[in-house]
Amino acid sequence: MRDLIFKIKENRKIAKDVYEMLLLGDTSDITRPGQFINIKLDGFYLRRPISVCDWSEDEIKIIYKVVGEGTEYMSGLKEGDELQVLTALGNGYSIDELKLSLEKNGHMRTVLAGGGVGVPPLYGLAKKLLEAGVRPDVVLGFNGAEDVFYKKEFEDLGLKVEISTMDGSMGKKGVVTDVMRAEDNSSLYDYVFTCGPEPMLKAVYDLVPEGQFSFEARMACGFGACMGCSCKTKYGNKRICKDGPVLMREEIIW
Amino acid sequence: MVKPDISTELSGIRLSNPVIPASGTFGFGKEFAELYDINILGSISVKGTTREPRFGNPQPRIAECPMGLINSVGLQNPGIDEVVKKELPELSEIYHKPVIANISGFSVDEYVECAEAVDKVENVGIIEVNVSCPNVHAGGMAFGTSAENIAKVTKAVKAVAKKPVYIKLSPNVTDITEMAKAAESEGADGLSLINTLMGMRIDVMRRRPVIANKMGGFSGPAILPVAVRMVYQVSKAVKIPVIGMGGVSSARDVIEMMMAGASAVQVGAANLTDPWACKKIIEELPGECEKLHIERLSDIIGCVE
Repeated sequence: MRDLIFKIKENRKIAKDVYEMLLLGDTSDITRPGQFINIKLDGFYLRRPISVCDWSEDEIKIIYKVVGEGTEYMSGLKEGDELQVLTALGNGYSIDELKLSLEKNGHMRTVLAGGGVGVPPLYGLAKKLLEAGVRPDVVLGFNGAEDVFYKKEFEDLGLKVEISTMDGSMGKKGVVTDVMRAEDNSSLYDYVFTCGPEPMLKAVYDLVPEGQFSFEARMACGFGACMGCSCKTKYGNKRICKDGPVLMREEIIW
Repeated sequence: MVKPDISTELSGIRLSNPVIPASGTFGFGKEFAELYDINILGSISVKGTTREPRFGNPQPRIAECPMGLINSVGLQNPGIDEVVKKELPELSEIYHKPVIANISGFSVDEYVECAEAVDKVENVGIIEVNVSCPNVHAGGMAFGTSAENIAKVTKAVKAVAKKPVYIKLSPNVTDITEMAKAAESEGADGLSLINTLMGMRIDVMRRRPVIANKMGGFSGPAILPVAVRMVYQVSKAVKIPVIGMGGVSSARDVIEMMMAGASAVQVGAANLTDPWACKKIIEELPGECEKLHIERLSDIIGCVE
């Protein structure tokens, strides 16, 4: 983990209240999709933890939703502005874990299930999965059509993308699990990588027998010192920031 | 000018500098040891420990504030056995100086048991008795807001501990000097102050408290003036040494706290927003001393009349 200066290359609105920001700097601490960075903002005491959507050697892409004063401030930042960023935090998704399951079970129908601002880390994951020879389906859930983002980006990777919206204004009316469920109520998928609001994660948990779940929590430090974001798991107490944010399905306690 | 002497002393224990990470903001040092050599620290006050393991309070536990934060962790810790058998010995492998063992409890007996247990651990230099946690409903601060209870806990812990006993005081009282005197009168070797101030934030969109436990402990730079005032008042009222804390974020803050009367200084919330905060403060201290014409830092302790 390092505290580095990044320069904003672009900060643009991509859906209702949702922004995509490109940050230029040293990304070498990022090792896995699903990790996050913790951004210091002028005038705010705590940093803002935001998941990494995608990254290259010298560029990090993040997507955030304006939900409070901090993210409101972020949305006003301009190209060339500099940010102090703790990078990289958290465990991220493990493709090795999926491979272990594949070895054991043979073929597994794999899906990426994202809800709202839980969608971004799944994009970097999709690219890494493709590099590893895994071709997942993608199911993205939003409130309405105006909230939808990254449908095309996932499609451009050559993946099958389905959208669900709560109000039915795009794709299937309902939630992501309505798309992931067969007519006999069984799961269309054997393995899921997911990120989104907790009720969605719970619904996905109830449907798909195996997978990796990325959780959100209010944090102070983001690197495991304060115990602000602790949760109980079957393997003992874990810190969402340091031992997570990704938990394996079998260890989750609701 | 010769290089300033930034060392200090607590109850006969020499500290290479006065900077000590505060309990609950530094775990047992592991996360920070990955980032820098923590042996530069004057000492470390480790995560507060109770007799039984505790998960702590429900989520969310954190609320941001202007120049600070409210936490309601609720003394999450692995319990005294695990701390004595695992955490403290592991810390001794990465940190080679005496540490401050922070203990908490829900009864006088529990404080005594925890004190007895940490007293036997080799790398424990000082026992810091937390009678001021605002985040547990019984015990904790319930002890720290009554001079009578502080006297009881101090007396009981002193009866079993061979190592110096420091009582960590709550600011959530009418007159903190009364609490300080109660601890001193029963033989406390020193005092740590201040713990967090009780605070609350409301999510105005949802019309409910931000924190699940409704209220929590407010810390960060916003509370520095309150802490300086209380350290000043207490150090004038007692003869035992005071460890000052509350919002300290820079070498200048350390010096201010020492001028108010602190023999050493703990850094809390700053570790959470900048994991290198203590390192930076220690590195800045000699230069800051030179600027202020301080040859020996310990000379300024309580210099303000």
